[in-house]
Amino acid sequence: MGFPHSHDLEAGTILSRHFGDASARRLEPWTGMGGYDGLKKAVGMEPPEITAVVKDSGLRGRGGAGFPTGLKWSFMPQEPTGPHYLCCNADESEPGAFKDREVLRWVPHLLIEGCLIAARAIRAQHVYIYVRGEYFPYTKILNDAVVEAYEAELIGKDILGSGWDCDLTVHIGAGAYIAGEETGLMSSLVGGRAEPRVKPPFPAQSGVFGRPTTVNNVETLAAVPMILTGGAEWYRQWGTEKSPGTKLWCCSGHLERPGTYELPLGVPLKDIIYDVCGGIRGGRKLKAVIPGGSSTALLTPDELDCPSTYEGLQEAGSSLGTASPIVMDENTNLVAVIRRTAEFYAHESCGQCVQCREGTAWVAKILHRIETGGGRLKDIDTLYDLCEQLTGRTICVLADSVVFPLRSSLDKFRADYEALIGGGAR
Amino acid sequence: MSDRKNEGIHPAVVSAQPFQLASRRPVDRLFGDGEGCDRLEKAISRYPEKKAALLPMLAYAQERNGWISPDAMEEIAGALELTPAYVRSVATFYTMYNKHPTGRNIIQVCTCTACHLCGADDVFEAFLAATGTRPGEMSEDERFMVMEAECLGACGFATAVQVNDRYFENVTPESVADVLAALEVEEEA
Repeated sequence: MGFPHSHDLEAGTILSRHFGDASARRLEPWTGMGGYDGLKKAVGMEPPEITAVVKDSGLRGRGGAGFPTGLKWSFMPQEPTGPHYLCCNADESEPGAFKDREVLRWVPHLLIEGCLIAARAIRAQHVYIYVRGEYFPYTKILNDAVVEAYEAELIGKDILGSGWDCDLTVHIGAGAYIAGEETGLMSSLVGGRAEPRVKPPFPAQSGVFGRPTTVNNVETLAAVPMILTGGAEWYRQWGTEKSPGTKLWCCSGHLERPGTYELPLGVPLKDIIYDVCGGIRGGRKLKAVIPGGSSTALLTPDELDCPSTYEGLQEAGSSLGTASPIVMDENTNLVAVIRRTAEFYAHESCGQCVQCREGTAWVAKILHRIETGGGRLKDIDTLYDLCEQLTGRTICVLADSVVFPLRSSLDKFRADYEALIGGGAR
Repeated sequence: MSDRKNEGIHPAVVSAQPFQLASRRPVDRLFGDGEGCDRLEKAISRYPEKKAALLPMLAYAQERNGWISPDAMEEIAGALELTPAYVRSVATFYTMYNKHPTGRNIIQVCTCTACHLCGADDVFEAFLAATGTRPGEMSEDERFMVMEAECLGACGFATAVQVNDRYFENVTPESVADVLAALEVEEEA
């Protein structure tokens, strides 16, 4: 089902089946619903066998980049020379994204199980779940589930009598979006500022505590238990060849029924907006959609027939990102929306790279000037110039992230900017 | 705070305790009692390097005192064999760590992209008016502090408002009074 609303395409709901059902948070009912069956299977398998199933399933990273999960796991050393670590990225903070919190608060044991199976696949001895600080209520739910799982000896020493040991620690951040970038997360986890670093070395070579590490998103890991019990082919009954499986769509903005819905990858964006989410609030017309969270290029109403897959949205000139459409109706002041989004990135820049620290702030300032009537026509050229300066020149992609919504809004809604600038000076 | 007794906090979750609470005690020594020592020891036990217990200990200081005093930073530095300057450089990076005393109820109104679309600016103004404060300033009775927040991750439930360790969703200017009333009931309890 979806949350808080259900929808008609419930056949393919595997992650969200128990959303809204508080009893699924507790271990006893959960094991009765098939919980930890994947782990039982995993403890009887060798790490490469687990990785092979996930590879065959075609599961791709659900945190935004869409990297094939099984392939990522296979980068970890096959013959360990010391500890390996798994980090579960629960630092969800992309504007528009609120899917991982539904996993944390409704099916915490599903996430724990996925973490343990992944840990076995990459030969990790310790899992760290890094949850964003603000998610206190959901962290409490996760904490209770972790303690339950420890008490039931599903985590810790000799898991399920297999002789295999694995620990798990929940660790919370303190309000830094950039801790969601994988190298930023690792810097933060080991006790530092959440500053990203250049890759290589890649986490699989040198990650937390200088050891081989894999970082996976919450939704990615939550999909693993059922891939293991159901098999790769079973998972591939949903989605497309290049984007198999189901995806949590968290839909916000001017919608009749905003919320989180699990859908097979490939449903046209238009159907998600009009059928699943009930269309635009108050029967108004659609103006634009930011389809994959605030760091993706916005689409106009006539660009929404594309299938909602990694490749489909890329072809449409945007990106699936975190599958978080932010929907805007015809009355929206688009310049104000892009300004507020730019302010977010300016606030969250870690400050290491000049282009990002200064550039994001200048984008916000110029947009504010245009919005409040002090804009000049040459500001549009300056904004395009800033788009150039902010692309591909920094350690991480935070700077690039502000460019996607900004440039696409300038290209597709230039008239909105010009109207605010008026006949003003050049 | 969770229902479990403090001594009973499982080491696996000691680094994930809510640290923005209405209840707090005056600034005291962090590691001068059993509770503080227990937290420190358990946190250190979860990582191969002591330094990794830094964020959990900063959070603990705030959970205990409502903010992280310079003395607390020094004490943490000593306990984790770090310099006070390093601890400060980390503490100041993260926006959720309070470097000054705050009002008992920190009201964070999400005004980011999705909430902005759904009228969050009006909700923010309504909170300021109802508490008689300016952004980021403590009210005279020290009960409230109202701030704009970056995305709180509840975009489908706009406007999202966080007060200490709680979320309020679908808040409108009209329901601001209800939120404040709920806080009052809690304070009296």
